[in-house]
Amino acid sequence: MSAADTLAAPARDSGSKPGGRAIRRRPPGGSEQGWAYLMIAPMTIGLAVFYLWPIAQMFYYSFTKSGPFGGQTWIGTANYHALVDEPSVVQAVVNTLVYTAIQLAGIPLAVLFATLLNQRGLRGRSIYRALYFLPVVTMPVAVAMLWRWMYNGDYGVINYLLSMVGVRGMHWAADPSVALYAVAAIGIWMSLGYNLVIFLAGLQGIPAEYYEAAAIDGSGAARTFLRITVPLLSPSIFFATILTMINSLQMFDLAYMMMSTPSGASGNPALPRVRTIAYLFYQKAFVEHDLGFGAAIAFVLLGFILVMTFIQFRLQKRWVHYG
Amino acid sequence: MADGTMPGRRPMRHAGRVATHVVLIVGAVVMVGPFVWQLLTSLKTFSETTRVPPTFLPRRWQWSNYSHVFEVLPLGDMFRNTVLMTAGRTLAQLVFCSLAAYAFARLRFRGNNLLFGLFLSVLMVPSQLFLIPQYVIVQNLGWVNTLPGLIVPGMFSAFGTFLLRQFFLALPRDMEEAARLDGANPLQVFWHVALPLARPGLLALTILTALWSWNDLMYPLVVTTDPAKMPLSAGLATLQGEHFTDYSILMAGSALATAPMIVAFILLQRHFIQGIAFTGSKG
Repeated sequence: MSAADTLAAPARDSGSKPGGRAIRRRPPGGSEQGWAYLMIAPMTIGLAVFYLWPIAQMFYYSFTKSGPFGGQTWIGTANYHALVDEPSVVQAVVNTLVYTAIQLAGIPLAVLFATLLNQRGLRGRSIYRALYFLPVVTMPVAVAMLWRWMYNGDYGVINYLLSMVGVRGMHWAADPSVALYAVAAIGIWMSLGYNLVIFLAGLQGIPAEYYEAAAIDGSGAARTFLRITVPLLSPSIFFATILTMINSLQMFDLAYMMMSTPSGASGNPALPRVRTIAYLFYQKAFVEHDLGFGAAIAFVLLGFILVMTFIQFRLQKRWVHYG
Repeated sequence: MADGTMPGRRPMRHAGRVATHVVLIVGAVVMVGPFVWQLLTSLKTFSETTRVPPTFLPRRWQWSNYSHVFEVLPLGDMFRNTVLMTAGRTLAQLVFCSLAAYAFARLRFRGNNLLFGLFLSVLMVPSQLFLIPQYVIVQNLGWVNTLPGLIVPGMFSAFGTFLLRQFFLALPRDMEEAARLDGANPLQVFWHVALPLARPGLLALTILTALWSWNDLMYPLVVTTDPAKMPLSAGLATLQGEHFTDYSILMAGSALATAPMIVAFILLQRHFIQGIAFTGSKG
């Protein structure tokens, strides 16, 4: 439902419906408008100062270069040209997209577990749900430290468990060929419980009659799942997809904590293959103090979020069923 | 139902149940195992953590790892900072978001579509874009390394406003209209009638904001440099910098930093689950 639709609706039926409903349909203006401005004032001022004005400022910064003694010099689109030429930016975009794609692949996994948990008369449902949700309430910084320890190449428990089944371990967080996948696995582990709860709520909203009808028709489990569960769950899946995508495109904490070494993150050979767009932004803006370049990176990130969200909303019409 | 009519399916159903539990238990071990390993590691000596093959239970339970964390980090201060930051942001968001959300949902005023569109545009923008100007404002106000610096920008949320607006829109109007006819002004109707009905929405916002605040890293990392002024997340990042290889200490620190949220979750489990499920249905 778009903002315009909902807000315009009351005004439309004000003339057409006489009687009791017309009483509150006064034209805008007067005291109601005064109260409305009063009520939105704190949030509007706060958002304007700390969120909207910063966007405008950053847009300006992205066309400037910081002078050696502070102050910004206008350099036109040079930062954006430099972005395209800088291999670390291209690599960060690739890393971020790969990470996001893997997180999206975690959604079917959450649907699967939610379907298992939603079976009628399943014992221990709330205990399972609580256990799966635990990583969601855990600080990402702590999660990263914990997994880093488990991924440790010399003393890590994962390599030990692998050695028991005869698989040779590796330095998961420091090997450029696997580090990004190792970080992405943590991401899925962290968000599975969140998506699970969303899907479980969605599944519980599906009327039992649909399943009964399917059972009478002799529909098998897989067919029932594809023909009934997935379509009726599609609004929840869509919501989880958008949220996962926006969060994954901005991923910072996990990569930051997994990559840091005592001599800074540059000590980790896997850094170029794990560094996300948000990480590169942090590094350019706050470590290398290149404000203009950092700002340009942030706008590239915004561009990706807008384009991918737009695509999702366009595709939505093809597969999301609103009941 | 089907059990009675199709007795032949029973053994298969039983086998299905067992298979379901096997999958769910394996999943649960993967989800909880790391936390068990975290606690076990936090109670080992440094030399025991570097043994190959690793021991499961600690040989000597090294409880002093926990007091050691308190020696290297001002953990008490950090805990207090985190609680105050979380509480401050959450309370402010509840007030400001619900006020604005109610106005957008129920009151008609000039420019509502334009303003709401501006609010929505903030939703899409990555938090990195706000970070530098926010830091500059905080710096100009002399709020670096202070609680107001940690709290104030997080008091405002386009997401929270959007979430609660959706909730107010779904509420029945009858009681509000009755109150209006009795001469109550919009603020009174909001406070006495709409807000009590909106409790599930407020709860959802409370949980999401508290979680986000407690776990937030990049912003605190930028506006605090003094460990005694940092929240736990930034403090933990510092701990990793200082005790890079001593995982018994790192695990003790991370267990301490996450324990309060986990305890809150266990105590308020139903509310957490409902709050998250709510955002899925109203988003």
